[in-house]
Amino acid sequence: MNRTVYADNAATTAVSPEVLEAMLPFYKEVYGNPSSLYALGQEAKKPLEEARATVANCLGAQPREIYFTSCGTESDNWAIKGAARALKKKGKTHIITSAFEHHAVLHTCQALEKEGFTVTYLDVHEDGLVRPEELEAAITEETGLVTIMYANNEIGTIQPIPEIGAICRKHGVLFHTDAVQAVGNVEIDVAAQNIDMLSLSGHKLHAPKGVGALYIRTGVVIQNFMDGGAQERGKRGGTENVAYIVGLAKAMELACSTIPERRERLSAMRDKLIDGILKIDRCRLNGDRVHRLPGNVSFCFQGVEGESLLLMLDLKGISASSGSACTSGSLDPSHVLLAIGLPHEVAHGSLRLSFGDYNTMEDIDYILETLPPIIERLRSMSPLWDAIQTGRVNYDAYMN
Amino acid sequence: MAYSAKVMDHFANPRNVGEMKDFSGMGEVGNPKCGDIMRMYIKVEGGVITDVSFMTFGCGAAIATSSMATEMIKGKTIEEALTLTNKAVMEALDGLPPVKVHCSVLAEQAIKAAVADYYKRQGIDPTPIVGELTECEECACDL
Repeated sequence: MNRTVYADNAATTAVSPEVLEAMLPFYKEVYGNPSSLYALGQEAKKPLEEARATVANCLGAQPREIYFTSCGTESDNWAIKGAARALKKKGKTHIITSAFEHHAVLHTCQALEKEGFTVTYLDVHEDGLVRPEELEAAITEETGLVTIMYANNEIGTIQPIPEIGAICRKHGVLFHTDAVQAVGNVEIDVAAQNIDMLSLSGHKLHAPKGVGALYIRTGVVIQNFMDGGAQERGKRGGTENVAYIVGLAKAMELACSTIPERRERLSAMRDKLIDGILKIDRCRLNGDRVHRLPGNVSFCFQGVEGESLLLMLDLKGISASSGSACTSGSLDPSHVLLAIGLPHEVAHGSLRLSFGDYNTMEDIDYILETLPPIIERLRSMSPLWDAIQTGRVNYDAYMN
Repeated sequence: MAYSAKVMDHFANPRNVGEMKDFSGMGEVGNPKCGDIMRMYIKVEGGVITDVSFMTFGCGAAIATSSMATEMIKGKTIEEALTLTNKAVMEALDGLPPVKVHCSVLAEQAIKAAVADYYKRQGIDPTPIVGELTECEECACDL
């Protein structure tokens, strides 16, 4: 009998029972609008402000620096566009980011280029890490904003955020980080790490899809993204989704109070899986092994195409993801794998397995039992594998 | 994107898969950079395709279209095999998602390439019979 293994926690997670429990009163009982003056409205206002304090506490921020949004993508759009457009008035029209940001950041930067901003896309090297000295060297008189993700969503590399924060502060440049994958996995302290803006999302940590937050340090000037009523101190209109916000806060509280335990548990699973997969011929671990999210495993298998690999795994009950072109809906493989220097031919064979609180060591054992025969089967029918075996093509440079 | 039950059946249990040693013709189309390569082998006896097999590097649709195409030409004459269109392969699979149509084009091209190779081995110019083997436009990625 097949097991069912959900190994795509970087895509999304299940809502936890504790989170659901915390949310339920706000649908049929405490359904008032927090902006209303009567008791039912004020009853909803209190948990909203408590949620803000909880989220702030998890990040080392002040409650008034937390703004609730609809998702991580909204937070990224607001932070980058809102800050860039405000900075333009001061003649600051240069933005620095990295080549392998999430599309919510990358496409936002590209949209700003059309508005006349210039953007530097920093190299992330073979190991998937931004070099702080290269970032510092890219800062010019016109630079107003740096946006670098805390941890990469595909290959799991954790960026040198405190170093980048210190450089930005030294040069008087605003620093935004997309921390959607990092929250609950690494200790974040926006004050100590000199972070001016930080995006996060609920559904990566067992809260529902459709809720996120943006931290904006007091004193940072940012234009509104959503104009409307006086909600969120007039900076983000729209009636607050109290149930989701309470759910987000509960999930943050649970995730951020257990980081060392989660890191220890997940990294033991991750390391066993990495060591096991490395025994497969002609594969490659993507991203630095040390500066890595505890639940991320990303590999490329030569001679195999990622989508067929995912389908085969799914037939065996394993949910995973790939940066292959065939899974992206385009003909090009993921920009993350290309940014770390992989050729298309190798990037097509990528597999990401990402783990969370509901995975167990038995899941890892099942994957280690299931994956190698699937790779072998796909390779046995692959003309590309045949070409590699007979030396007609050579990808030796992309192994470790 | 969802595959039909037939696509999943041909993907999970591909027919006629594997290398053929004593083939009469072999054709390979596609490009590793684009993520699809299809190789077709045919064995021809008295103008009839008595055996066929394929090897494919590619997505689920690429494997399923290869499998279905081999089933559709097995036991057929060369002339009949050349009339197989990508549309017929797609219909036999109960359709493909729009982004996967190029896989069926590759399958049609792979058969034509195998037949062309068969004629070449006979010392016959395949162009008047098979036609020009053109690169499938939908298959061209940003090379």
